[in-house]
Amino acid sequence: MDYLQTADVRFAYEAEEGVTPREVLCGVTLGIRKGEFVALLGHNGSGKSTIAKHFNAMLLPSGGKVYADGMDTMDESLKYEIRRRVGLVLQNPDNQLVASIVEEDVAFGPENLGVPPEEIRERVEEALKAVEMFGHRLDAPYKLSGGQKQRIAIAGILAMKPDCIVLDEPTAMLDPRGREEVLQTITRLNREQGITVVLITHYMDEAVRAGRVVVMDSGRVLLDGTPREVFSHVELLKKHELDVPQATELAHRLKAMGCSLPEGVLDEEECVAALELLLGG
Amino acid sequence: MPTILETKELTYEYGKGTSMTKTAVDHVNLAIESGEFIGIIGHTGSGKSTLIQQLNGLLRPTSGQVLLEGEDIWKEPKKIRRVRFRVGMVFQYPEHQLFEETVLKDISFGPRNMGLSEEEILRKAKEAAEFVGMKPELLEKSPFELSGGEKRRAAIAGVIAMDPDVLILDEPTAGLDPHGRDVLLSQIQSYHRYRKNTVLLVSHSMEDIARVADRVLVMNGGKAAMFDTTAAVFARGEELERMGLRVPQITKIMNRLRADGYPVADGVLTLEEAIRQLAPLRQERRLLRAQ
Repeated sequence: MDYLQTADVRFAYEAEEGVTPREVLCGVTLGIRKGEFVALLGHNGSGKSTIAKHFNAMLLPSGGKVYADGMDTMDESLKYEIRRRVGLVLQNPDNQLVASIVEEDVAFGPENLGVPPEEIRERVEEALKAVEMFGHRLDAPYKLSGGQKQRIAIAGILAMKPDCIVLDEPTAMLDPRGREEVLQTITRLNREQGITVVLITHYMDEAVRAGRVVVMDSGRVLLDGTPREVFSHVELLKKHELDVPQATELAHRLKAMGCSLPEGVLDEEECVAALELLLGG
Repeated sequence: MPTILETKELTYEYGKGTSMTKTAVDHVNLAIESGEFIGIIGHTGSGKSTLIQQLNGLLRPTSGQVLLEGEDIWKEPKKIRRVRFRVGMVFQYPEHQLFEETVLKDISFGPRNMGLSEEEILRKAKEAAEFVGMKPELLEKSPFELSGGEKRRAAIAGVIAMDPDVLILDEPTAGLDPHGRDVLLSQIQSYHRYRKNTVLLVSHSMEDIARVADRVLVMNGGKAAMFDTTAAVFARGEELERMGLRVPQITKIMNRLRADGYPVADGVLTLEEAIRQLAPLRQERRLLRAQ
């Protein structure tokens, strides 16, 4: 069994009486291994946020099973243990910060877990250093930029010593610099600390930086593979109202016009290199 | 085209007269022509929001002026409400501001406040709903029954229904998926083409700006750092990056090819344009080889 494992998960939000609930998840079987960096894509309503909320028992399946580190999320007694191991970061940073000083905010999680004060101090310091916000430990969160606030939200989860962080569109409200800060932070946590990362995003240029891309559509897994594999299905992705990076699309369209270019070009570096090879130095 | 909106040495200081004074907008001079589609970019805290809130009279400048068709909007402070009808503002996440019983009533709220007749109100509301692609059967529903994307469109329709001369949209596509973003942008574009009014679009998405704007205003440190045609602004990639901004990926690719000596234009903004420029180069190369 993988670190996060779903087996034929079905889910429908509760509907009014007399209305048949619409299934948001229609049998999702997905395994995420420890240490992976997975980007989860899909249009609004595809079920990607719903499956993500199943990973830490925020939502419970109507059918099928979800296991986090081998623990069944339906087991009420394991709920807090699961949430300690699998942290969730949401879209709006302003809804996630609770204290008036950064370091108190980061300490909130471990305090609730009953960690001794001395250790809390160590954990807070470590977590703030990991997201490069230690210099702001005494600041008021409202004074920080969006990217900084999201890094504080991530630090709050790190202080609970999680194995895995699930981020639901953490960059949707950020400017380009804020987005880059958050992306670099999670990439580093994944590489250096081996933290499993599940990143939900609408930005394709963020998805190409993951090790694996899973595309959801109509409550099912549509594609699952490396970014190169997934983004070589340009037409299929477009048909399902998804996008590909502009670099990918440029190479794909020129190829369709008869140019000899590779399929699955991921970023501007690769695109420039391929075009220069095509056009001759 | 005549100038519709102009700022003269426009300045806004928060906490004026205290030790915490912060200049959010710093002597900005702009002239926007009637019918232009202007993109506004800048990192968080660059002054964009303070600037646009002054353009429709939500904030009163601490010094300098905003002129609407040549007239200072604060000439008669009591009439500032009328400016807000003429310069319509769609805030970030506008769907949080829906409050009426039905979608139609919500969209009608603006025109009703303008004191129009019931017929006029209904006509304007329905027309606005059409612009944003709102299905007629949704109009009698409660706004709270709508999906996120539909709520967003209803809120935008509420501002369009006032038929403003200038429409300002603050991040209208934030949080939408790529398809939703595409559709909404196209709707704003066709609204602009049809009504021929002026649109100001604030966005963190350089791709969106590149697609729709005639000219781009770059705010940095409260100042108007650049105000030029979209191609000219995005040709200055390195400067933009130093301001915490980027250029669209396609522009970056073409800028790099150009820097490496390939004969492509500066500031290419869309995929179609890139393909138009690259295809003939490929052709030429084939001919060279054939010789």
